[in-house]
Amino acid sequence: MSIEVRGITRSFGAFKALDNVSLRINDGELVALLGPSGSGKTTLLRVIAGLDQPDPDCGGQILFNDENVQNLPARKRQVGFVFQHYALFRHMTVFDNIAFGLRVKPRNQRPPEAQIRAKVKELLALIQLENLENRYPAQLSGGQRQRVALARALAIEPKVLLLDEPFGALDARVRQDLRRWLRRLHDELHITSVFVTHDQEEAMEVADRIVIMNAGRIEQDGPPDEVFHHPANEFVVNFLGNVNLFRGRVESGVAVIGPWTLSQTGLALTDGQEARLFVRPHELDVRATPDGRPALTAVIQRIQTAGPLAKLEVLTVDGQNVFVEMPHERFRELNVRQGDTVFVSLKDARVFVEDYVI
Amino acid sequence: MNMPVSETSRGKVSRLKATGDPSWVRAVCIGLTLGFIALMLLLPMIVVFTEAFRKGLHVYLAAITEADARAAIRLTLLAAGIAVPLNTLFGLAAGWCIARFRFPGRNFLTAMIDLPFSVSPVVAGLLFVLLFGSGGLLAAAARWAGIQVLFAVPGIVLATMFVTLPFVARELIALIQEQGDEEEMAAMVLGANGLQTFWRVTLPNIRWGLLYGMILCNARAMGEFGAVSVVSGHIRGVTNTLPLHVEILFNEYNFAASFAAASLLTVLALVTLVIKTLIEWREQYKTSTDVLES
Repeated sequence: MSIEVRGITRSFGAFKALDNVSLRINDGELVALLGPSGSGKTTLLRVIAGLDQPDPDCGGQILFNDENVQNLPARKRQVGFVFQHYALFRHMTVFDNIAFGLRVKPRNQRPPEAQIRAKVKELLALIQLENLENRYPAQLSGGQRQRVALARALAIEPKVLLLDEPFGALDARVRQDLRRWLRRLHDELHITSVFVTHDQEEAMEVADRIVIMNAGRIEQDGPPDEVFHHPANEFVVNFLGNVNLFRGRVESGVAVIGPWTLSQTGLALTDGQEARLFVRPHELDVRATPDGRPALTAVIQRIQTAGPLAKLEVLTVDGQNVFVEMPHERFRELNVRQGDTVFVSLKDARVFVEDYVI
Repeated sequence: MNMPVSETSRGKVSRLKATGDPSWVRAVCIGLTLGFIALMLLLPMIVVFTEAFRKGLHVYLAAITEADARAAIRLTLLAAGIAVPLNTLFGLAAGWCIARFRFPGRNFLTAMIDLPFSVSPVVAGLLFVLLFGSGGLLAAAARWAGIQVLFAVPGIVLATMFVTLPFVARELIALIQEQGDEEEMAAMVLGANGLQTFWRVTLPNIRWGLLYGMILCNARAMGEFGAVSVVSGHIRGVTNTLPLHVEILFNEYNFAASFAAASLLTVLALVTLVIKTLIEWREQYKTSTDVLES
């Protein structure tokens, strides 16, 4: 089932948690809503589920399969919702938790108890917790609770699965496993899914599409690859991980930033504008001797080689700290140590000018 | 599960060492506390029972089964039987709306619920006398409805309800607030309607707190003296509750009968205490396992 949100605003007093947000999620997609806390991503998820209502005067619409569901209460929207802290019924066993959605169906739609049992068993197998059906939530680990919450949501065969920070409360190792498991599960069930996260790595790894939110608005919406390699604006660049920022000016139609002159920016440049250059640590090149390319001269402050990449922190002659990352082979080739002077040049970068509207 | 337990015991040992008071200080503290409890609580309780049985089991049984005593017991049970369910209903409603909704007057309502605790019961009784006495605000209404309120059962029930109003509500407000509304939201998204959510999710989660509040409410309802005394009129066999019955017998120097009736109230108190402790113990056990597991 497709989900569409059109022109939704949700305010809490003067604060706009959602500011005229429009978004379409196609049937069978797995979409991540990514943003810092307070960006409105959870509010958007709750509005879709019917747990929160948009401002009545915003004139927005929420459509499931192009049908307006705005006046449908949460219990009639047939969505599966997984809460950040699982919200399992603490006085019920795992089995009863999963069976809940089937047992509260109106009498004429409720499957017979034997069928409910079979369905719960099937879901228990899916989440690989067959032997724990009689446990109470308090007797489960975080990861197990999360899977029970997911099974409970899936029991009613929802048309849409919504997950609020599904891995937020788990430790790193369990999180990794569950992410992959969720991705596989989605590939099996093809249920339209939206999950909220503030972890860009998680979004990149799991989602087909990433919607980046900030201050109640959508900053960018696209596949992980596109969002990472072609960030739409400064916020996205900044949010998607470490970046180095260099400042400069537009002169004679080109951006002049430090030793670099950039003409092919794809932006309309006006002389005198401030220009800002964003470069990710792996998009910088370091050499021990100048090779004729425009480069910054800098001194190595710190070298960190524990990890998949070698990380260098260098201090430029202007007193700016710059971070560079490179593969270990390249680092060994370079053969430098702390205190050495190096030359930093650009492999790739993106420029934003002063009045570029975010 | 074993490890955290041993950790706590280790914690205890180090705490004892850290506050290593000399042993005589400890002896004096413990001695004072126990002595005080023995003198103020245990001794009076023993007196109640020895006085009650002083003239033998036969007199004791006669004292609690004679007509006036039976009428007093019946009235006490009736007053509690009306006040407790109604205050439970009120407590559920108040607990729910104060914990879950933000509305104008919410803080005022929260403060008002505690009023019966801060007002002297005698004042509460007088309040009803003023309301329903001749020329009172509600006297005409009561007369129109043909209900005799003062010096009759309705007055006693009203006074009892007034003083026991806060018990359930206070217990539930804190509990519902602490539990949050995520489980109810989960139930709603899973298709449950309001009634199903309440019966299957909300009520099971608050049942121990609710029972706790009801037990305390009941103990107070059966033991209330001051407010009921003012509105009752002390008509033997008609408007005497058990506590009032105790007083009347005592004033008549009928000590054995008086203490026999008092012993019933004491037994009620002891039963209440046992149930209360059981609930507290259960809750503590539950939260401690919750902490251990998470």
